[in-house]
Amino acid sequence: MSTTVIDDAPLPQRSYWQSLMRFCQRQPLGTFGLVLVVIMAVTGFSAELIAPYNPTANDFAAMTEPPSWQHLLGTDQFGRDLMSRIIYGARTALIVGMTSAIVGGFSGLILGVGSAYFGGTTDLIIQRLSDIVMAFPLIIMALAVVAIFGPGVQNVIMAITIPLIPRCSRVVRSSALTVREMPYVDAARACGFGATRIIMRHMVPNVMAPFLIMVTSFVGQAILAEASLSYLGLGVQEPVPAWGLMLQGGAEEYASTAPWIAIFPGVAIMLAVLGINLFGDAMRDALDPKLRER
Amino acid sequence: MSFRSGLLALALALSAAALPASAADTPKHGGTFTYMIPADAPPTLDAHRETTYATVHATAPFYSVLIRIDPANPTSATDYVCDLCTELPKPTDEGKTWTFKIRDGVKWHDGSALTAADVAKSWQELVHPSTGVLSARLPYYTMIDTIAATDASTVVFKLKFATSAFLPALADPFAYIYKKEVLDRDPHWYEKNVMGSGPFIFKDLQIGQSITGVRNPNYYMPGLPYLDGFVGIFTPKQAVEIDAIRSDRASMEFRGMPPSARDQLVKELGDKIAIQTGDWNCVNIITANHGKKPFDDPRVRRALMLAIDLWHGAPALAKIANVRTVGGIVFPGSPLAATKEELEKIPGYWPDIDKSRAEARRLLKEAGAEGLTFELMNRNVDQPYKYIATWVIDEWSKVGLKVTQKVLPTGPFFDSLRNSSFDVTVDFNCQGLINPALDVGKFLPHSVYSENYGNYEDPKDIELYQKMLHEIDPAKQRIAMREYETYILDTQAHAIMMPWWERIVPMRSYVKGWKIGPSHYVNQDLATIWLDK
Repeated sequence: MSTTVIDDAPLPQRSYWQSLMRFCQRQPLGTFGLVLVVIMAVTGFSAELIAPYNPTANDFAAMTEPPSWQHLLGTDQFGRDLMSRIIYGARTALIVGMTSAIVGGFSGLILGVGSAYFGGTTDLIIQRLSDIVMAFPLIIMALAVVAIFGPGVQNVIMAITIPLIPRCSRVVRSSALTVREMPYVDAARACGFGATRIIMRHMVPNVMAPFLIMVTSFVGQAILAEASLSYLGLGVQEPVPAWGLMLQGGAEEYASTAPWIAIFPGVAIMLAVLGINLFGDAMRDALDPKLRER
Repeated sequence: MSFRSGLLALALALSAAALPASAADTPKHGGTFTYMIPADAPPTLDAHRETTYATVHATAPFYSVLIRIDPANPTSATDYVCDLCTELPKPTDEGKTWTFKIRDGVKWHDGSALTAADVAKSWQELVHPSTGVLSARLPYYTMIDTIAATDASTVVFKLKFATSAFLPALADPFAYIYKKEVLDRDPHWYEKNVMGSGPFIFKDLQIGQSITGVRNPNYYMPGLPYLDGFVGIFTPKQAVEIDAIRSDRASMEFRGMPPSARDQLVKELGDKIAIQTGDWNCVNIITANHGKKPFDDPRVRRALMLAIDLWHGAPALAKIANVRTVGGIVFPGSPLAATKEELEKIPGYWPDIDKSRAEARRLLKEAGAEGLTFELMNRNVDQPYKYIATWVIDEWSKVGLKVTQKVLPTGPFFDSLRNSSFDVTVDFNCQGLINPALDVGKFLPHSVYSENYGNYEDPKDIELYQKMLHEIDPAKQRIAMREYETYILDTQAHAIMMPWWERIVPMRSYVKGWKIGPSHYVNQDLATIWLDK
């Protein structure tokens, strides 16, 4: 007769540092994305310390200068230092991207979980409204909102946030529908807890994995949308440094004579979105139990 | 070789050298001219009611006018020639009566005869429009009292007062002559239809795409037009225009392009492209809304002006935007314009920018507006509006002002101008002809001149303007203009002038017979254009 010993000792808790190291080892591309995002965040939020020049100061003695030691990425048609404008532009991209993603994400989270929890008519109305908003591509919807409220940072954030809400709501709802049927939710209901408590304490924490993945991807989408709107002249306005606006101002007129005006902001947009997307993909893999052990 | 034979050889050589040049300068008949109109579409086809080049560039080839600026010398401010009249008359009645004789044998495109009654009726609609009919340049014609056709070939204009501004007003390129019978039947007919007596007959209009015309075989100018026809393509995007010229899908556009476009085309096309440039009777103005604090205070408005370094900014901006010349309220170079010395006495034009900015800071402090934050409204047009705005915002930052820009599409932009829902705006004053006495009407209060958006009433402004307008002695009128200009720019600082525009028109070098003028509205009937192909 053999005896089976069940080891029910708890798994050793990993520190944050260990978790980060494990993530880096298992997700090299995600780590690369994370590095890009961190660089972008650091440069954006400490732009005053890093940028070599005032990003809005015209310098008519240095108009359309190619990259040099004085101006590492060259200057634009007003003689403004491109590197400084790209550094400050990271801040604009982050403010618009993060705000839109967070506001849109959390609004979608509340709507999605609430829709799943209450069901019935509430669910029907929220989902049909979501269908209407989602019938339009993100950029078209954002264009419509900007056309109504006008350009400017706040309006651009609103324009990008509105189409993100139903996208998040839809994904979160599908997870929340499963959570709603869990015994612990029934138990909470049986204990007489209110809807707010059940939603906030028992349902929301259990849909955080898909929610975080959505929000991460929203940041990239929002940065792209902001750049697109600015490129179309509907986003932030001169002289605010913004990557899409830099493309609009220089790309068309100086494409052949001063291509660096278009190239560097384009590269900045590409790297930022690439970094966020790689990081988002890695997060999904790390948080998904099916993919985690591969 | 004898001296005689040497002379003969020299003469032959010179003749041979001269031959290609004279052959190249001899107009050739035939061909279809394709040009671009940098707009989506004209609002309507009726030039009497419109103020945009989109209408004139599309429809001028179909119409005649009474008089016009000489197409061979469109930069002149005084060189007027007859189109439908036989000769420019001398005024009688102390300059208050002008009698024009109309050409014989002029035919409408429907084959009927054009008479003085048509000319008189068209001008009556311009000066005293029928109920519900819009005449966009009504303030230009304040001096005209009556217009009458006294017989089939005579039109008489009677003025309320003699003024040197009358003849230029009469040469307005928007003042098409329409058929009386049509106007009597429906004064709105020309908004959607075309029927004139000009060098080309209307063939087709594809909204948002193109307008086409064919040669008028009965045109009254002998030998004209040279072309068999034309196609005007509506192309609002500059990148498309450059591509079209580069690939020779179109020969040119008449409004003007920025220096970067010129440089790009010259670099790529070499001698296949010709460039015409000139001063443009068009200027951006920074207008503060006097109805909003603190812009009701002249000290604040003057500080805005003093902060801007026009003398150093203009040549630099000229490299990237279609602006060039520093000037006052009058088109630079015209007889009534201020000289550089006169301008330099006005705040905002002082040669010492450090002194100007120190004074600007002092005025802002005195007015309690240090570190003022406001929004600059602008029109969604790149050249030169957005360039001007980017520049002045940086200039203002040098005296501690914090300015953001709000760019609006053309429709909402004009709505905001008319509703006075702005702090400070990039405004403009573009004119068809050099007629300073009327052009500066832009600076009259809105109640007098509807296109002024400063939101102020100022009786002194009107008084000084009227004094200048009624003065017919050129020297005295110039003095009166200086007094008016000083009042507008210095005493009240009602307006802040930006550098005047420069017109740059790249065209395929085979396009001949067209000369650039100081306005993109004039010289657009295409009658003298020919193709050296």
